[in-house]
Amino acid sequence: MDVIAFWILSAIVVTSAVCVIGARNPVHSVLWLILAFFTAAGLLVLIGAEFLAMLIVVVYVGAVAVLFLFVVMMLDVDFVELKQGTLQYWPFALMIGIAFLAEIILVTSATVTRDPSAFDPSPGAPTNAEAIGAVMYTEYLLLFQMSGIILLIAMIGAIVLTLRGRPDVKRQSIAKQTQRRRSDATELLDVEPGRGI
Amino acid sequence: MSSLIEANGPLFGTLLVFGQIGLFVLVLLLSLAFLLLLDRKVWAAVMMRKGPNVVGPFGLLQSFADFGKFLLKEIIIPAGANKTVFLLAPIITCTLAFAAWAVIPVAPGIERGTSWAVADLNVGILYLFAISSLGVYGIIMGGWASNSKYPFLASLRSAAQMVSYEVSLGFVIITVILLVGSMNLSDIVNNQSDGFWSWHAFSFNNILLFPVMFGMFIIFFVSALAETNRPPFDLAEAESELVAGYQVEYSSTPYLLFMVGEYLNIVLMCAMMTILFLGGWHGPVPVGDWINDYPLLNSLGGLFWFMAKIVFFFFMFAMVKAMVPRYRYDQLMRLGWKIFLPTSLAAVLIVSGYVVYTGVQA
Repeated sequence: MDVIAFWILSAIVVTSAVCVIGARNPVHSVLWLILAFFTAAGLLVLIGAEFLAMLIVVVYVGAVAVLFLFVVMMLDVDFVELKQGTLQYWPFALMIGIAFLAEIILVTSATVTRDPSAFDPSPGAPTNAEAIGAVMYTEYLLLFQMSGIILLIAMIGAIVLTLRGRPDVKRQSIAKQTQRRRSDATELLDVEPGRGI
Repeated sequence: MSSLIEANGPLFGTLLVFGQIGLFVLVLLLSLAFLLLLDRKVWAAVMMRKGPNVVGPFGLLQSFADFGKFLLKEIIIPAGANKTVFLLAPIITCTLAFAAWAVIPVAPGIERGTSWAVADLNVGILYLFAISSLGVYGIIMGGWASNSKYPFLASLRSAAQMVSYEVSLGFVIITVILLVGSMNLSDIVNNQSDGFWSWHAFSFNNILLFPVMFGMFIIFFVSALAETNRPPFDLAEAESELVAGYQVEYSSTPYLLFMVGEYLNIVLMCAMMTILFLGGWHGPVPVGDWINDYPLLNSLGGLFWFMAKIVFFFFMFAMVKAMVPRYRYDQLMRLGWKIFLPTSLAAVLIVSGYVVYTGVQA
């Protein structure tokens, strides 16, 4: 049962990953990417890493890919034209591809020799979230804090890059508005006929 | 789920799981028909109208008549629309809305210590959060594939809105998880078994947390309104500016799927509030241990309280729709990012400090 599920899921991941590159329409590419993320989460559930699977769905599918889609839909770029010149970069692409393939082969050949029972969660073992939390906040505390700071800097950088003070924009001050009373804004006058105010 | 398969053999166990799923879908669809009517009736009553009252006694069959109408109409696909994505969008919305119900525990199980849910996941609350964060795809795909300006604008608005309010929803959920010490929905419900004073919305048993948790309850309710695109945050539909938002170009069955998905998400949010804050299937006063000798009564009573609380929350949703004027878009964003996010972040700090200091966590 697990094996069948594994083969089906990984076939979907690989196919959709190929479609990400192959699709003509950039929006379709992002949609295929979302499918790949989602199925990868399914693969993680299969090996019993349910916490990581949920995190992938929440973070990558639920937030990152939405922003991707957002940006790609808003851009009015002719991607077919953009792809014209990309052929001259193929040596770089080849190099990166080879390096990536070598890494994957290294990692998989190192892990296939490992005892498969190491992946089986035994009953009574701490759940995923507890196990990750136990090492993340003790052994890897420094790395964890550092990645937090890096993300914060990236966030501030993005804000600084896009922030521009526009003097011509009328801003609403909510505090001022809720403090406004009727007596501040209106006045009752007895107007004499024929005089006006 | 897996325990069912283990107890009944692979074939019969799988059939049982499918039966459970079928029962869930059937009950959800049937109750949705009447909840839709309730929504319209409440709305009508606030406006001093009668609401639907022609089809069947008190208009009870109105939703079924609408259902037939939707099915029999012609599906119109606009020219230049991206056909696959256009038809995929409502299907995704509807499927996700149903998928989320897989982990909702609706009643205590017949066996002691179990609960009646299709799948009692250890990361149940994360699963719910993940599925509800995917709901935005149906809207954004539908808006884009329609090849029309209004739906596209609406889907952009809606995407930004849903991503913003998810943040505060997530933090509110974290405060509850901190109090319980588990992400399993049944554990969260069982943490509130001592009557209404132990419900997380009030948490009178940790009296110092009462103002914090009650505030979180309110924030969750308002964020749920925004997350489901309900009034006063229904800027995705905003009929006065965007015609009807992302569903302008939809007709017939695809529109029906959108509507069913939307309302199912609302009911799901009601169920989440029930589980997280109002004690799930537990009644307001503990009945005592004798109930454990009558497991069937226990289950049915639990189901009654669960459904009663969901209907209560749905009524609140309907009342808000009837009474509150629509927000402006910048006000909506301000509320999400400048008020709800800092408040819920501070609440996470306070609650985790409290939990560490007193060690109340189970």
